[in-house]
Amino acid sequence: MLSPESTPILEATDLKVSFSTRGGIIRAVDGLSFAVGAKETVGIVGESGSGKSVAMYTMLGLTRDANVSISGSVRFQGQEILGLSDTQMRPIRGGQIGMIFQDPMTALTPVYKVGWQIVEQLRAHTDLTKQQARARAIELLGEVGIPDPGRRVDSYPHEFSGGMRQRVVIAMALSCNPKLLIADEPTTALDVTTQAQILDLMTRLQENYGSSIIIITHDMGVIAEMADRVVVMYAGRPAEIGPEIDVVRNPQHPYTWGLLGAVPRTGVRTERLATIPGNAVTPLNVPEGCAFAPRCSFVMDQCATRPALHGDADHLNACWLSPAQKVELRGKVLRGEIDA
Amino acid sequence: MLRFVTKRLISAVLVLFSISVLVFLIFFATPGVNPAARIAGRSASPATLKAVEATFGLNRPIPIRYGLMMYHLFIKQDLSSYVNIGDKVIPQITQAAPVTLSLVFGAAVLWMVFGVWAGVIAAKNRGRFIDPFIMFVGIAAVSIPAYWLGEVVQLITQTSLHSSVFHWVPSTGFTPLSQNPLQWAVHLLFPWLTLAVLYAGIYARVLRSEMVNAMNEDYIRTARAKGLSERRILYRHALRCSLIPIVSLFGLDIGALIGGSALLIEVVFGLPGVGMLTYNSLTNLDLPVIMGTVMYGAFFVVLASAVVDILYAVIDPRVRVVS
Repeated sequence: MLSPESTPILEATDLKVSFSTRGGIIRAVDGLSFAVGAKETVGIVGESGSGKSVAMYTMLGLTRDANVSISGSVRFQGQEILGLSDTQMRPIRGGQIGMIFQDPMTALTPVYKVGWQIVEQLRAHTDLTKQQARARAIELLGEVGIPDPGRRVDSYPHEFSGGMRQRVVIAMALSCNPKLLIADEPTTALDVTTQAQILDLMTRLQENYGSSIIIITHDMGVIAEMADRVVVMYAGRPAEIGPEIDVVRNPQHPYTWGLLGAVPRTGVRTERLATIPGNAVTPLNVPEGCAFAPRCSFVMDQCATRPALHGDADHLNACWLSPAQKVELRGKVLRGEIDA
Repeated sequence: MLRFVTKRLISAVLVLFSISVLVFLIFFATPGVNPAARIAGRSASPATLKAVEATFGLNRPIPIRYGLMMYHLFIKQDLSSYVNIGDKVIPQITQAAPVTLSLVFGAAVLWMVFGVWAGVIAAKNRGRFIDPFIMFVGIAAVSIPAYWLGEVVQLITQTSLHSSVFHWVPSTGFTPLSQNPLQWAVHLLFPWLTLAVLYAGIYARVLRSEMVNAMNEDYIRTARAKGLSERRILYRHALRCSLIPIVSLFGLDIGALIGGSALLIEVVFGLPGVGMLTYNSLTNLDLPVIMGTVMYGAFFVVLASAVVDILYAVIDPRVRVVS
């Protein structure tokens, strides 16, 4: 948990990313602020297109579009990293911040052996010799649970299954003992049993390496399992931010209610899973007011004005409903009297 | 890997055999055509026709005729032309082949160097002026007919500017590499450039689009997230993966060119290569020589595609057979 006196590893303040396109300006990320403490896991959750991945790539300077405009601030260990050049970012990328990607099938260069790819990263950030780096690569592959790592280090990516490839990607991301690991939907492309294994692996490695983690997902189940704190994003804006336990037990934003309602539960028989009515807003015409208003069952006149993040202590939300209304409506949703 | 190579080579041999049968059938078993008259050439005497019939066993069954033909062509190597009486087919081809090989391989080095260089520069500078400029030059190079360009080059270097700028350009012809390497290169310089222009244009365009696609791949994002330099990402990751289709294109082009596609360049520059030989034998309907050059061409096309497949397995591990 983030204590007020410890400086966060990473702190994003009012991050905005927009793309100018022929159809108009797309505000992919619109005022995102959050912090990641030491050894903390922050989950960023939202539907496809809610700007979660774009926000992460932008923080690392990986958004390479001529039509992008970025503002705000991202401080990593106290240093502003937004707007640094590629050369300045290089020691941070891969060295201090590791990244795990959504699709392990395409994340590795197909023509090189996996060991070669890990050695490449190690040698980009450390003074290890080839032999030392190779030994470390084998050690890492063993650590992420690849059987017979001494032999598999010389396998090509296509010789691994999806889950095993994701382990390779994780080994690579961890190779330089990064302070922070950003995982962009690391389990989305994997089957359910593999998903659980990968999440377990990440938790275990976090304990060993003491890295902080940002995990991007659209799966509240993953959040519940991994995250210490949660950022719920909708249409590029934070809808709710808070400790995982508060957000899951006591969600404040109707959008979070909807997300939680969409998680299947064991032991509860339902005809079909709850859904949030309507589609995610198209990024070209996000409403002036609350972005969720067009889909919200509890929309009011006030919602035409954009609500600021507010709340008590570290649990914030962007909804105009009063605390009393939220308690009442949430109760009704849970009892099934109304849909969120 | 060894098994893969063996398998590929065996299949190449089978393809060559089929081609030889097919070529034989087209030349000697086309219904309604008297092959003896064809081989003997126009207005041959009855005695010559008799001799042809005897040599090729034209009154015997087709499989035996095929066998006899291959025997004379490859084993005894005494198949001779009746149009240019006494000219043996195989020696003519073995004499012409080094010329064509010199022309094609020299040009290939040039077009690979220029094509890859231009493609990388264009891909690297995508969105800047230099990219569409290189692509425009590329499309212009592709569009110019090689024989026309060859004629223009000949005109400039041999005639109009020969007395001033290009006085060092020798008259057309060929000097073997073993005789005088410098003269070999000087004689071939302009044919090389002319041939390379077309292919460099094609390769630059293909490579550029491959690299632009590669730069959008997930593994490039991974490479950036690993903290590699842009240079390393461009060359070790994007270029390495983009070269795979280039290699297959290269092999097939080389095979086709050695096999006779360089014909026009050889004719324009007066190089006595296989293309020239084919051209001459076509103009006087010298059937045995045409058959010989067709088989020679097929051999290099098949060989090149086998080499490409093997190279492919070397540079793209996904192609290798997993045992």
